Amino acid sequence: MTFQEFIFWFFAAVLIFAALRVITARNPVHAALFLVLAFCTSAGIWIQLEAEFLGIVLILVYVGAVMVLFLFVVMMLDINLTRLREGFWSYLPVGAVVALLLVIEMALVLAGPYFGLAEAPRPESAPSGYSNTKELGRLLYTDYVYPFELAAVILLVAIVAAIALTLRRRKHAKHIDPAQQVAVRREDRVRIVSMPAEKKEDGA
Amino acid sequence: MIDSLLAYPQSLLGPLWPVLWTLAKILMIVVPLMLCVAYLTLWERKLIGFMQIRIGPNRTTFFGIRWLGGLAQPVADGLKLLLKEIIVPTGANKFLFVLAPIMAIMPALAAWAVVPFSPELVLSNIDAGLLYLLAMTSLGVYGVIIAGWASNSKYAFLGAMRSAAQIVSYEIAMGFALVGVLMAAQSLNLGEIVMAQQGGAGFLSWFWLPLFPLFLTYLISGVAEINRAPFDVAEGESEIVAGFHVEYSGMTFAVFFLAEYANMILISMLTAILFLGGWLSPFPASWGVLGASSFGWLILKAFLVVSTFIWFRATFPRYRYDQIMRLGWKIFIPVTLVWIVVLGAWMQTPLWIWWK
Repeated sequence: MTFQEFIFWFFAAVLIFAALRVITARNPVHAALFLVLAFCTSAGIWIQLEAEFLGIVLILVYVGAVMVLFLFVVMMLDINLTRLREGFWSYLPVGAVVALLLVIEMALVLAGPYFGLAEAPRPESAPSGYSNTKELGRLLYTDYVYPFELAAVILLVAIVAAIALTLRRRKHAKHIDPAQQVAVRREDRVRIVSMPAEKKEDGA
Repeated sequence: MIDSLLAYPQSLLGPLWPVLWTLAKILMIVVPLMLCVAYLTLWERKLIGFMQIRIGPNRTTFFGIRWLGGLAQPVADGLKLLLKEIIVPTGANKFLFVLAPIMAIMPALAAWAVVPFSPELVLSNIDAGLLYLLAMTSLGVYGVIIAGWASNSKYAFLGAMRSAAQIVSYEIAMGFALVGVLMAAQSLNLGEIVMAQQGGAGFLSWFWLPLFPLFLTYLISGVAEINRAPFDVAEGESEIVAGFHVEYSGMTFAVFFLAEYANMILISMLTAILFLGGWLSPFPASWGVLGASSFGWLILKAFLVVSTFIWFRATFPRYRYDQIMRLGWKIFIPVTLVWIVVLGAWMQTPLWIWWK
């Protein structure tokens, strides 16, 4: 076993363990943290597959931003396990169908040799000096520029919609405007009144 | 010569050699870094002392030599923290409680893998270096969040929540600032970014000048990213005691402390590399030793930026939480977005003179 193979098997084992723990861990915070571990290890596997841009972006976007917000929410939830179990039987048929689909898909991948996957040419390893990141950027901004921009616009619309849905203007809230506070001057707050000095009364 | 020296252990160790040699190289970076971290704590106390017309630590010395006064302070602090008891609070999740400080220091050290110290001297010269750095610095928040949750304490939890929101917000501005850098340098490789700043005009050909708004944004969001004053609401000792590390004692606390200072050095090193020309000299090449690019210039620049961070801490009061959010979302992100567009247009004109 070469060192590279060792790394692959090691990462694969950690990934499977973490993925199993995501669905078996009782505590939702633990489950979310195992999901983080699964993301990190799969990023490692992607980097080994010479997809370093995707691997790093997986860490940057999913681990660095999405999962942080996810944890943020999960940690604040007051989770009652018995109430969560209530709907188990009513959700079971839907869940079973999804699980069956996943099992079929996995079987198709794992049983690749039976479907002639072995005849497919092995991808050649990239020559030295080949930059995955640069190549991806070139494709996105030349050949696929319209789909790319379309996706960006759809995301922008989604952001605007999400903000519009949660935006409530409360009329009587004592709203603070930091811009006004920062721009405050001494003259607005303190008035210096000039008063003539008074003499002390004698004998008082 | 080095190659011939290394040939013997290479033949002796066989397949283990790459692993051990990489470990040795990692140690060559981490050990001096940890020494710098230790003495940065002393320098911070000294510098703030000077700014407040005090002396700062000046008693602890090695072997009673008087003129070394204060120099043994980091060693004494470290020993003290090492010998203290680690108390795990009742109801805390022990595994995560111990994991949190490790998660805090791990990315701070891992990011050094791509930092170039000179044109040839870099542990891992990867193409997507800048992306890797962004990914690693974004992992630092996990230490804080896990610490806050695992402590089973409301103060710690409040600190963790504040930190999560703050880091996610400032990361966007930081990322946009880096987009400007990679546009100007035409590369994600840190070594090539420094090379792109090599112009005839000395310090005027570094990126701080064409990318000035991005430089300021990067510097300030760097301070916010590492939870330093005036952005240290995650600690906020006047409101939430000590924030996320309120329950930590002894060495677990010390590791958080080390992580903060290691991050400080990392961010200042990156500022030096991305905007201040890295190892390039500010003087014309005809000035002999002063004009030659060297490792010393990189250290000097990073040292100046670190001192600026300490200066910030001595100068500014802590931000209020809503003002932090306003600065991040309503000022930094628009500024960086506008400057990226300006930069894109500027680079298409002959007025752009920062090409190599």
